[in-house]
Order: sequence, then structure tokens, then C-alpha cells
Amino acid sequence: MNKGPLSGIRICDFTWAWAGPQCTRLLADMGAEVIKIESGKRPDIGRRLPPFNNDKPGLNRSGRFQKRNRGKLSITLNLTKPEGIELVKKIIKKSDILTENFSRRVMKEFELEYEAVKKLNESIIYLSLSAFGNDGPYKDFVAYGPNQSGLCGLGSFFGYKDGPPINMGVALGDPTAGLYGAVALLAALYHRKKTGKGQSIDLSQTEILTCVTSQALMDYSMNKRVAVPEGNSDPFMAPHGFFPCKGDDQWVSIAIGNENEWQAFCNAVGNPEWCLQEKFSSCKGRLENEAELNQQVTSWTNKFDKLEVMEIFQQAHVAAMPIFDGREIINNEHLKERGFLAAIKHPEVGKHIMHGLSMKLSKSSGQIKRAPLLGEHNQYVFGDLLGLGNDEIAKLQEEEIIY
Amino acid sequence: MSTKAFAGVKVLELSQFVSGPYCAGILAHLGAEVIKIEPPERGDRLRHVGPFLKDDPDREKSGLFLFLNQNKLGVTLDIRTEKGQEVFQRLLRDADILIDDVPPSQRLELGLDYDELQNLNPRLIITSITPFGQHGPYKDYKAYDINIQAASGLAGINGDPDKEPLRIPGMQAHFQSALNGAIGTLSALFFREISGEGQYVDISEQECCASILGDVMSNASMLDRVRKRSQSLADMGSHTMIWPIGNFETRDGYVNTCLLEPHQWKGLVEVFGNPEWALDPKLADLFSSQEHENPEGVSRKIKTSIKSFDKETLFQEAQKRRVPLAAIKNTAEVFSSPQLIERDFFDEIEHPVAGKLTYPGAPFRLSETPWSLDRPAPLLGQHNKKIYSKLGYSNSDLEQMSLEKII
Repeated sequence: MNKGPLSGIRICDFTWAWAGPQCTRLLADMGAEVIKIESGKRPDIGRRLPPFNNDKPGLNRSGRFQKRNRGKLSITLNLTKPEGIELVKKIIKKSDILTENFSRRVMKEFELEYEAVKKLNESIIYLSLSAFGNDGPYKDFVAYGPNQSGLCGLGSFFGYKDGPPINMGVALGDPTAGLYGAVALLAALYHRKKTGKGQSIDLSQTEILTCVTSQALMDYSMNKRVAVPEGNSDPFMAPHGFFPCKGDDQWVSIAIGNENEWQAFCNAVGNPEWCLQEKFSSCKGRLENEAELNQQVTSWTNKFDKLEVMEIFQQAHVAAMPIFDGREIINNEHLKERGFLAAIKHPEVGKHIMHGLSMKLSKSSGQIKRAPLLGEHNQYVFGDLLGLGNDEIAKLQEEEIIY
Repeated sequence: MSTKAFAGVKVLELSQFVSGPYCAGILAHLGAEVIKIEPPERGDRLRHVGPFLKDDPDREKSGLFLFLNQNKLGVTLDIRTEKGQEVFQRLLRDADILIDDVPPSQRLELGLDYDELQNLNPRLIITSITPFGQHGPYKDYKAYDINIQAASGLAGINGDPDKEPLRIPGMQAHFQSALNGAIGTLSALFFREISGEGQYVDISEQECCASILGDVMSNASMLDRVRKRSQSLADMGSHTMIWPIGNFETRDGYVNTCLLEPHQWKGLVEVFGNPEWALDPKLADLFSSQEHENPEGVSRKIKTSIKSFDKETLFQEAQKRRVPLAAIKNTAEVFSSPQLIERDFFDEIEHPVAGKLTYPGAPFRLSETPWSLDRPAPLLGQHNKKIYSKLGYSNSDLEQMSLEKII
């Protein structure tokens, strides 16, 4: 079994909730040793989020926590006590990377800001992954992932045509900040490999989401046009949307990007009369008559099962994919054959399936392990890594420092 | 001059549209030399997709193209011709990284067989970003952004249950894939420092999006429960319909709230002016509020209270009390955000055809090796002479290739 490209890299991880853990999870998948700093008093809030095994809540029973924290080590350390801070400093000295996603005042209170940490470990790479960044008028503001979709503009035009902005089903800012954070850490690791030098990284969730909202922002930048909800319409494609299929709430996505694809589409549905109408013969015409077009497409798709629609169109080289739900995803033949569905055994969550590696490296792909129980690695970290004896560890537990 | 993280790293980009180009673009902003290879005449498909400057569909005026391709050198090359292949192989011999979006079925004929390329250049890292990856029953299936959102499960959790599902706009499936591609590529590059060897990185856009589904897969696998699209607060991760989570209308727009802790609720109630209905102790805790006898009544009162504010005032007042509530800004307001302006987030650069434009800037700030914007996106074929003459082609070779529409 290969160990992953980041084998040998150690991360002292103060992050919690979603964005930060997502970032260090990506590096844990790649083989980094991630030491997650928690405490019994203040376990990661992600441990409290459903779903739980058999719907019975418990700090080690959350499924959502699993996917954000798989492959990490967990220790419980009371950072409100000076002895706790001393111990975490020892871990920092032995780490390559420090990650945190608190609001700014927390690391300041611990006296563990970059400048202080740098004195302990000259070549440390220090990632602050915050809502708004380390400076500016909003620097002390609080915002979770769902808030961020509004601040970057994206949330303002997520909705049905002529309707209000609606709630997004995924807090896009969190996983996306995790991804950007991992990119930044890999850049810093490469630089350190070449030069021996560490650095600090200031990442603002608002700013990363502003980057992925660039298409609409460029329209404003160039044309002063403000984006509004457009439903599933695309100004350069028609048909473009989700169409109902046989069954209850079953849908297929279809997107036609050019005239060759439109011809292929028409052939695949058997060239009925409506397809051959002049008004549908160009993308412009189809967009102008989109409501009618969508009705016609629906009158065809709703006679078929969504998988049949996929097969008919894909054979004709037309982009059509069903909307898969969670159950269909974990049973999907394609994802299965690619080894993307990872079956994990966990002592309290039980056997379950989670997503696998979304980047497959041919020689050093890393591997997926379960998430840690709260404090599971106290013995390894305090004993093996820091060299404390069993008596000392017992004493620290009694004094509520390892706690 | 500042240090660049990937100074000296040579990247070839054989990709169009969003995923591959943004993946390579990230490396370009961190100092790698990225040569973008476009098909002659038509160029990258994104050049023909808007928004365009002043709505003029000129291939040098596509806003997203201009953003995603900053800092790159641009050449044209028809790698489907014999001569084009020869040039391409020469470029590959000298490259550290190739980022491509070539469909699996076309790799052999386009000279992209990994085993052969490994012989040509054992240190080469190849990252392929395709809708469904390099193997498996869907490998040759076609998919645009909306189709990837469907096949990954993302579309199933977005939208109003009484209407059709809703894709997230702005090419989000492609942005997720680009970022995954960058992480895969950089992990391989880091590993090459240790092993000396390149490798092949296979990115499936479906998998990239299936990795951000929150609780969808765990619900299905642990509890055999399917999460549907919903606008109900209870389904959106809130344990109660009382504590406001989601979008709310104000006097002049919308705000989004996401309250998780008791002090945040208290803060919001204070912003409302501590009305009597809100001081009910049952409401003070996320969990006890579930037992409230009239949750709809309270919900309505919250909506009415929020409706009486301007969005910016409510945002500021809530934040004074550390309540996670934010204004939903439209794309014009993003550009005037005091936070983004104070942090000097936006970049400006002059482009020979599109002129001086404002672009989103650095997604993160590395203290030693900063993200930088050094040149605008290349014109189609702008750097043919510079790149090809370095490979040893003479001016007359280039003229000949141009006549034959190879470049």
C-alpha cells in the first residue's frame, strides 16, 4: 500500500466545523499526519451534527464528521490552562504546518499567532482560514458557509427566473475554502522543500467565493450588468435544464452546446415535427422560445426512465445525465467501478460508505481511513511523540489538562 | 522582486473552457510558466462564451476567458496533424506538468498515451480533468457543468421541492474540478521532489462534486434516507424552524442567517429591540426551542422583524453582536464591499483588445510567495513566435506551419 505524497508531513490542526477540517482532510487523504486538537469541553462542533448512527446522537456517532475528519488523529487538550498551551507548543515544534479557522481573537488569546509560533518553529507554515481575512473593517465579523454565498454575490442570483434568491442546498463556501486552503498549503510546502522557509497564509472565505463567482462579476466589471436569477437557463445553450422523467420526482439534465448536438438530439428523439420547426433551428431561436422548447422536450422525456434517457442521448453524443440521489450515488455502477465509494468501518458509526479520493494519483494516491474517536490518539501524541511517561499522562488527565 | 512558489516549473495546458484552464491558471498565478495550447482559428471554446465586453462576441473579449487565462503564454497548434504532433512532443519533452481535458477515447491518437510519454519524459506529471475520469462505464459520456451537477448528486439537493431542481450558476462544477485538479497536480509535484518521478493524475468532475454533498452520502448509507431539495429550514440542517437559517427579505433586499449558538440568538433578539415574544426562555436554546407550542407564529414574527430593516443596517447591527447574519450582495455591491476594497482584493490589468478591466484578485495571501498578476490573458496565438523559436523553428518554418493551418 502506498503511503501518499504527503507522508512524513505533520499538521497541528486547530480547525473545526467544515471549511478548515475539509482542508486538512484533503491533506490527510494524501498521507499527512494531522493531529486534531480538541477537548472534551469543546469537541469539534461537527461531532454534534447529524446524521448519527441509528439516529442516536453521540460525539463519535456523526456521519458528517467522518467525511471531514477521516484519517486524522484526535487529542483532547485543555487550552484554557497554561499547561495545555505548553503542551500544544511542543506539538507545534514537531509540526510542519499549523492550521486554524477561528475568528481572529482566539489564536491571539492563546498567544499562538504567526509571529509567536514562528519563534517556536522558524519554518512553520501557518494557515489562517477565516471568514473575512486578517484585516479590513469586517475582520472580526462572523459568517458561516451559508452566509458567504450572499457576500460574494453568488447567492443573489441563485433562484428561479423573476423570483427571489433562494437557499442553496450546500454551503459552497466551506468545501471550496477547504480546497483553496489545500492549494495554498501545497504551494507553501513546495517552497519550503526548495528553500527551507516557512510562511503564513491569510485566506478569506469571502474572497475565494468571489473568485468562483467570476463569470457574473466579469459581466458587471465589463458591462455594469447586475446578475439576476435565471433558473436553469444558459445564454449560450438551449435546451439547457432539468427535465422530468417517468416516476415520482425523477429528472434528467440535458444541455445542447452547438448545432451538431442539436441535430444529434433531434435524431435521438426521432425527428418529430416540433424539432424541425424553423424557430428551433438556431440556438438564438431556441432561447427565444425556451418555454415552448422545454415543454416539447418534457413531453418526450417524461415517457422514459431517466437512465433510458441517459443511454439514448449518450449513444448519440448528447450531454444528458440523470439527477442521482444519495442512494443512487452510493450504488452507482460507474463510481463503484472507479473505486470511488469507500466502505469504512468505524467502532461507533458502524459500517458505512463515504466518497473516496477525488484525485487519483497513479503512483502515490494515498488512502482513506476512518475518522478518530474523541481523544483516541492521546497516548500516541503525548506518549510516543512528546515522550511523556504514563504517570505524567495520568497526572495531566487528573489535572484536567489532557481533558 | 518577490519570490514565486513555482518559479521554473513549466506547465503545458491542453484544455478548454473552465476546469483545465483555471487549474493551470492557479499555477500561473503562483509563478509557473504556463503555455496554453489552443486549436488554430477557433481557439478555446470559452472565447465564444459570454459575458463579452460591451456584448461584442469577439474572441478576445470573453470576460471569463480573460479572467481564467491571466498570466499564461498562448500558442496555437493543431495536434491532430503529423507536424503538430511533432511540435507537441517537443513541448512535452521539456515540460514538468501537462494539464489536459482530452476525452479518454482520443488519447492514443493525440499522442497522449501515458506509458509512452513516461519514456519520453519520466519526470512529467499529467493531470487529466474529464467529466467522468479515465475508466468506468461512463468514461466516454459527454457532460457540461449542469450535467455534472446532476450526475454527482449536487442538483438533487438544490431548489424548491415544488419546482424543478436548480443548478448552481457560474460553472461551479468546473471550479470544483479545477481546484481538485490543482491539488492533485501539486501533490504529485511535491512527491516528485522526493521520488524524482512524474505520475498520472486522473480527475473526474463527477467525483469532485460528489465530494461536497455534506450529509447526502452518509444519510443514504447509514440510515437509508434520501435527502431531497428543500427550502424548509428543518431540512436544511436546522433542528428547529425557529432559529433563523436561510434567506430572509428585508426592506431593500435579502440577508442570509445561519444561527447555531444561544448567544447568537440573544444577539439577534437584541437587534430586534428585545420584543416580548422573543424573550420567551424556551426560545433561548436551539434545542428547547423545538418544544415551542407555536413555532410558525414565532417564525412569522422573525420574518416581520427582519422585513423592517435595511439589509446593510441589519448586517452591521447583527455583526456588532457577533451574530452570523450577512447581506446578500448583488454583483455590483460586491465591487463596492468595504472589506474587499480595504483589503485591495480586486486586480486591474490592461489587455491589448479588452482594455483595462477589474478582475477578482488573489484567493489567498502567501506571505513569502504571493499570488501575482503579471500579464493579461494571451491573444489567440500571441506567443507562437516566442515559444516555437525557442524550440528551434525558424521564421520560415513558422510561416509554413501557419499556411498549413498547423499554428
